[in-house]
Amino acid sequence: MAKNGSNGDFSVIGKPVAFVDAAGKTTGSGKYTDDLTMPGMLVGKILHSPLPHARIKRLDVSGAEQLEGVVAVVVGKDAPNKYGILPVGHDETALAVDKVRYIGDNVACVCAVDESTAERALELIDVEYEPLPAYFDPEESMKAERDLIHEQRPHNIEKDYHHVFGDPDAGFAASDVIHEARYIANEVTHAAMEPHSTLAAFEIDPQSGEPGRLTVWSSTQVPYYLQHKLSLVLEMPMSQIRVIKPLVGGGFGGKSEVIPLEIIAAVAARKAKAPVKITYTREEVFWAHRGRPRTIIDLKVGAKRDGSLQAVSARVVQDGGAYCSYGVVTILYSGALLGAIYDIPNVRYDGYRVLTNKPACGAMRGHGTVNVRFAFESAFDEIASKLALDPAEIRRRNLLKPPAITVNGLRVQSYGLPECIDRVIEGSGWGARKGKLQAQGSVRRGMGLGCSHYVSGAANSIIRSDMPHSTVNIKIDRDGGVVVYTGASDIGQGSDTMVAQVAAEVLGCTLRRVKVIAADTDLTPIDIGSYSSRVTFMNGNATLRAAEDVKKQIVSAAARKLGCPPEDVVMRGDLVFRRGASLVEPGREQSAAEILEAKDAPRGGPVSSNAPTVSGKVEGQILRGSLQQKRKEEGRRDQLTFEEAVVAAIDFHGALSGTGSYAPPQEARGGAFKGSGVGPSPAYSYCAQVAEVSVDEDTGEVAVHKIWAAHDCGRALNPVSVEGQVIGSVWMGLGQALQEEMVWKDGLLINPGMLGYCSPSAAESPEIECYIVESVDPEGPFGAKECSEGSLAATIPAISNAIYDACGIRLRESPFTPERVLAALRERDQQKKLNLTEGVSPTAPERFREHGGATWFAGKGPARHELDPARTGRVSDVTGD
Amino acid sequence: MPSVSTSANGLLQLQLTVNGKAVRAEVEPRTLLVELIRDILDLPGTHIGCDTSFCGACTVLLNGRSAKSCTLLAVQADGGELLTVEGLERDGKLHPVQQAFAENHGLQCGFCTPGMMISAVHLLEHEPKPSEQQIRKAIAGNCCRCTGYQNIFRSVAAAAGMMKG
Repeated sequence: MAKNGSNGDFSVIGKPVAFVDAAGKTTGSGKYTDDLTMPGMLVGKILHSPLPHARIKRLDVSGAEQLEGVVAVVVGKDAPNKYGILPVGHDETALAVDKVRYIGDNVACVCAVDESTAERALELIDVEYEPLPAYFDPEESMKAERDLIHEQRPHNIEKDYHHVFGDPDAGFAASDVIHEARYIANEVTHAAMEPHSTLAAFEIDPQSGEPGRLTVWSSTQVPYYLQHKLSLVLEMPMSQIRVIKPLVGGGFGGKSEVIPLEIIAAVAARKAKAPVKITYTREEVFWAHRGRPRTIIDLKVGAKRDGSLQAVSARVVQDGGAYCSYGVVTILYSGALLGAIYDIPNVRYDGYRVLTNKPACGAMRGHGTVNVRFAFESAFDEIASKLALDPAEIRRRNLLKPPAITVNGLRVQSYGLPECIDRVIEGSGWGARKGKLQAQGSVRRGMGLGCSHYVSGAANSIIRSDMPHSTVNIKIDRDGGVVVYTGASDIGQGSDTMVAQVAAEVLGCTLRRVKVIAADTDLTPIDIGSYSSRVTFMNGNATLRAAEDVKKQIVSAAARKLGCPPEDVVMRGDLVFRRGASLVEPGREQSAAEILEAKDAPRGGPVSSNAPTVSGKVEGQILRGSLQQKRKEEGRRDQLTFEEAVVAAIDFHGALSGTGSYAPPQEARGGAFKGSGVGPSPAYSYCAQVAEVSVDEDTGEVAVHKIWAAHDCGRALNPVSVEGQVIGSVWMGLGQALQEEMVWKDGLLINPGMLGYCSPSAAESPEIECYIVESVDPEGPFGAKECSEGSLAATIPAISNAIYDACGIRLRESPFTPERVLAALRERDQQKKLNLTEGVSPTAPERFREHGGATWFAGKGPARHELDPARTGRVSDVTGD
Repeated sequence: MPSVSTSANGLLQLQLTVNGKAVRAEVEPRTLLVELIRDILDLPGTHIGCDTSFCGACTVLLNGRSAKSCTLLAVQADGGELLTVEGLERDGKLHPVQQAFAENHGLQCGFCTPGMMISAVHLLEHEPKPSEQQIRKAIAGNCCRCTGYQNIFRSVAAAAGMMKG
């Protein structure tokens, strides 16, 4: 048995398969949204706000409209309906209607014949702003009494939740050791390689000249939600709007809601009566953001002397930016997933999602769980140190005993965490090496452990309804081609390949036979999108059911032909035969096992030039003749080719099509308290990681040498793809741990580019060894769960714990930059403190200016803009910098 | 640089070889090489990821050297020889690098892949048996946000093996 892989008797599932869309991606022929053009297409460019919070007193676009080459200029009043991804958070408009709320907010859009004309036109738009006090720090913002960011949100609090499960006070009283600390995770963003792009085109009625049906091509993870929100803003029925997702160059959550350009392009295309394409520059991508919020976590953990956890209490404040976005869900996930990975009887959670005058935060890979996991797993390590317990051992003593319902109502069935811990402990040589790695000069080495978990899709959809979360149609025609129509949005994670594999496995055909038509709201049934790691579990299940629906029809026709009961019909390897029959290939006789082994999908099947032909027969051969005639000629048969069986079924049933859908079961949908809708999932993935790092005590630099990551994905439908997702997640966690950070100054993003954002490059990305753990979930498709997000959250604490092992410092603020490491080393050595972020209250604005502090609110701070109220007076008060 | 002829409307007339074919094009002086490639020559396989020559999604081979086409002017390619991802495939056969990236899962979303492959082709032309360090260095100017690079290293090494054999 290979290190990673499936045990089940499958022919397509569990095999390492190249992506079905790899050819388009390697030849350059695959089209992303920005690659699309249309006759008469205009370029849209957006005017952004230079101020973080201001009323628009006057907006004059006449200069821009008069420029030659400009076809239309749209402003807020052209589409004033409010929208937002959450029904409770409809606080955005396509373009600012009365106020701007962050530097980069959308003010107007020019549609012109080319980009340079549009850019020149932007300069001719005259806006007069009345600056308002702005809020940059969430804890300051929560004190606001006036000049609120949204009038309907007192104290700028988007939402707060206060949950108590069990009796936390009694739990702390019963604890022998209590650890309390403040953890801060700074803001990060997705920075997907493809900048957002949208092309919108209306059918123009030739008689009236009025716009009719709308088609939108967009870089989106959620075509269905986009269709829904376009309908709301444009006041058009959803049936008149078609959303198509071309190839998407990565999302990570940054395309999992409606991004302003998507709505703006449609509004602009309606006004211009011409197709309009808007593609963000990289800087605009940073302003659009929707990333992981800066999170302040005051955490208290209590345990008994034997390491058993008694109680957890957390106060979590998230700096949400200027709009709700997914914020209510993020703050709930942070609470729901805080303790539920372990058996913790008493939990208190106080979560605050706070509005500030910065770009809106939203969903990012590991949505809501990453920052609290960093805090919890770091704290757990401190408890282990205090109790002199091995970090792996203390985790083993607090495992859930599945099947279980956690105190906050999450149902856990498959639970591969124990095996994940075992695999990385063994793989990394933990027992022999941890705490014993040799220092070289000023460079010290250490190892750390972290665990994480994540949902395989939310059990409750954003828009509450009884609608299935995924529906899939399959059509098989007389040519034997299998076409799967799925709403699943492939954003690079490989959902098209997953869908093809599931269909091929059920139908017993080769992967090459399956064509996937995905994410086109006119063609594909509703799927709510690629977010919360739901696609394999939910769309996979719907695909499985659709394929079984079609298979039933083929099997019943084949049974008559084979002269056996339907339950004895086997479909596999492109053949349909009686169970136990010996199979015949032209010219030779082989056992079923030999033939099937030869036919099972090879690695790299879809792109390999010497791939096997679709079947032993020339396609079309049996199609032209009458099948009835053929049946008479041949009489009973022991085996049929896939095409023969399909044609037999079509003759019995007419057209051959099937539908399957998936809705999470009622018992997986969580408790009945306020906010209980977020966190429940039909299944949870688990992950354990060991990181080996070195810390240079002279420079404060941290290098990660290797990470061992074990991920319980239920079953690996495509092991190479699972490994790719896990490694990608770990790597993204590594970026957040070491260097990625959005740096702000008075609401202005200082590093809105790939260079300043500092993701790890190929040169310094460490080896990541991935172990796949298969717990085979009872409800997942073939037992599969998620694999694309859960691993990210374990990486950050694994690294912080490894840094402690290396040099005895606890880093409680991410990223672990050299400055923060040096500050912690000086504290360890009781040297004079550096005036840096570590150890400094983030709410002390004069010392923590890169996060904005509250300087603007307090009326001080350097004037960044001539309209800045801080220009008058007390600039000299400001210290630091 | 060869002198560029200017037409009456102020456009510059370029002649260059693109993926083995002789091509003429008219561009504004301000036109970037990547705009020439994508918008005028209609070869959208070369992508724009950052506009600042950092991310490498726009990497092409210009006169045999890997170059980020978003910060070169189109006129700088006049008289030159340009290779984009569309030119890797020869006579209906994929370049070993293309095949290796697909088979070794060296791509996920695919957006960085054309530029990444061009950098790999450039490396393998100069170093047929690269070490992992050489591979890392060769693609350090190409960002990928999906893969964590591990499978890209494997892909380039696999391509080297295929080209040798």
